[in-house]
Amino acid sequence: MTGDVTVSRSLRNRLAIILTGGAAVLAIVLFFVVRGYAAQIAQQGQDNILSASAASILDSAVLRDGQVELDFPYAALSMLSTDADDRVFYAIYEDGALLSGYAGLDIPNPFGSLTYDGTTVRVATASRTLIGANVPRRVSVSVAQTQDALSGTLNRISTNVAVFGAGFFALATALSFWATSTTIGQLRRLTTSVTRRGPQDLSPFTKPVPTEMAPLVGSLNNLMSRLDQSLKQSEDFIAEAAHRVRTPLATVRSYAEATFQRVENPENRDALRSMMRAIDESSRAAGQLLDHAMVTFRAENLERSDVDLNDLLRDLVQRMTPIADMRDVDLILDATAPAHLHGDPILLQNALRNLLDNALKYAPADSRIMVRVQTIPSLSVDVSDEGRGFRLGEIDMLAERFVRGSDSGGQIGSGLGLTIAKDVAAAHGGRLILTNTPRGGACATLQF
Amino acid sequence: MKYLLVEDNIELARAICSRMSLDGHLVDHAALISEAVDYANAGEYDLILLDIMLPDGDGRSFLKQHRAGKNNTPVIVLTARSQVSDRISMLDLGADDYVTKPFDHAELQARCRAVLRRNAGSAQSTIQMGNVEFDPVGGHLTVKGNVINLRNRELRLLEVLMNARGQVFSKHKLVDRLFSYDDDVSENAVEVYIGRLRKHLDGSDVQIKTLRGLGYRLDHDG
Repeated sequence: MTGDVTVSRSLRNRLAIILTGGAAVLAIVLFFVVRGYAAQIAQQGQDNILSASAASILDSAVLRDGQVELDFPYAALSMLSTDADDRVFYAIYEDGALLSGYAGLDIPNPFGSLTYDGTTVRVATASRTLIGANVPRRVSVSVAQTQDALSGTLNRISTNVAVFGAGFFALATALSFWATSTTIGQLRRLTTSVTRRGPQDLSPFTKPVPTEMAPLVGSLNNLMSRLDQSLKQSEDFIAEAAHRVRTPLATVRSYAEATFQRVENPENRDALRSMMRAIDESSRAAGQLLDHAMVTFRAENLERSDVDLNDLLRDLVQRMTPIADMRDVDLILDATAPAHLHGDPILLQNALRNLLDNALKYAPADSRIMVRVQTIPSLSVDVSDEGRGFRLGEIDMLAERFVRGSDSGGQIGSGLGLTIAKDVAAAHGGRLILTNTPRGGACATLQF
Repeated sequence: MKYLLVEDNIELARAICSRMSLDGHLVDHAALISEAVDYANAGEYDLILLDIMLPDGDGRSFLKQHRAGKNNTPVIVLTARSQVSDRISMLDLGADDYVTKPFDHAELQARCRAVLRRNAGSAQSTIQMGNVEFDPVGGHLTVKGNVINLRNRELRLLEVLMNARGQVFSKHKLVDRLFSYDDDVSENAVEVYIGRLRKHLDGSDVQIKTLRGLGYRLDHDG
């Protein structure tokens, strides 16, 4: 019955989108943070070597005869050698003037990056003041190195971090799907147990549910108990109404019958006869309409159990026998073949009772009604009488609602009996077949 | 037969009682469950007719109590409800049968007879007349030791005649007792059943006399 429910976006999709989206953002942030941190550490390493190199060059600077002398230590450059054959530049300044080396490496800070000769280089600068004959000399040294090895390391780290981030994302996505289906699974289980319930089952749910679902189940139970109550109330109301209407009708009928026994005048007798007929007709129609409503309701949700058709028919025949006896009609049951059926016993009983009712109405006095269970070619029950039979032209229409045979004569009926039998047969995957027996009587067969 | 009728609608109860006594039965009437319990404890009844909706409770609780007390008196429920599940629950509670209001008295009688026959373990009430023994519950007639099973209408005809020996019944009265108001029968149909009964009674000292222009009467030769 999802057809008439307004559906907004799926809870599962929403959860999945939020969780995987979150995982994606986290993975990207993780990538940049780790990569930035790695870059910072690598940069620090390079800076340390560069400043050590600059310091060792500066160390060798001395003041001789008022001249700055500098003995360039080769170790200062060899410590800068890398796998990537990075190029190294240096510059020595005396009081800001280039003394030796490459021009254009001067930077205001101890460390800095600049573009030199078309590539990015990292520069470290150190300075020292030499005190000679009363004139202090300021010597500074800048050492620069290209960053090929560093970017190689950074690329390797980036690749690793990217793989790690992707793995994290995949794992988080898988986890989020698992978490989503586990959560939705609880809802689905609840849905299944609601769907599986029979139409009469309005008892509350007692199975444990997760805390978050408790309010939902609570309201559901509440709704069902109210439904149950209002169903019971309307059942009680119908019972009360039936009682209020049928009891006075019974009184009227009893009086009419008692009077009928005493009255001699044909006109009065006819009047009483019409009165009793009207009462019977209304009570029968009310009963049949209720039965028909019940059959229509139950046919959609059969309450199946294992039914022994023979037992059911024996009970039914026993109950109908007194009525048959009144007209000296023999009700003969031939139920020897095993006849088990997985069906709704209340519906089956109702259908068969209607067929028997019909047979009893149309069977002539001192005749026989046969009720037979057959299992070949398929399980069927047929009820045949020795009356006038069906009119051949009408046979196909008789099971329609409110249709009665044109020769039903004075018989009381609502035209629902065969409809009920047909509906019950259809609900059990069978059909109702109407034929006439070779001897002319009517035969109604419920075939399953 | 002695019946207990439990029905709160006085008018309906009166109508049932008068119709029952016409058939020769004794009927006690209780309008409440409490009264019904008293009656049932005080007297031996052959059958209880029980309405379900009563002012001081549900007839079903009486039924339950009645069965729990190992009381075997059969019960026929008079109900205004006609839903199948309801009927079934009543039979489960121990009712022997049920009749839906409004009902045909002939049907009620037929059901009473069927229930009594099924429960016929208790004292059999036979009617003796001359050398004829009639068992209205079992539905058979014993003439000089021969047991004859009667068809329902023969049985009812004989019952009517035996319950009022010496009284004259017109054909028309007998038609009313034997056939439903709805059966389209002529008064001559009675002759068929009179004929059959005469055949059964052949050789006994009981006979059905025809009084021309008046009707029939059951006579005993002795």
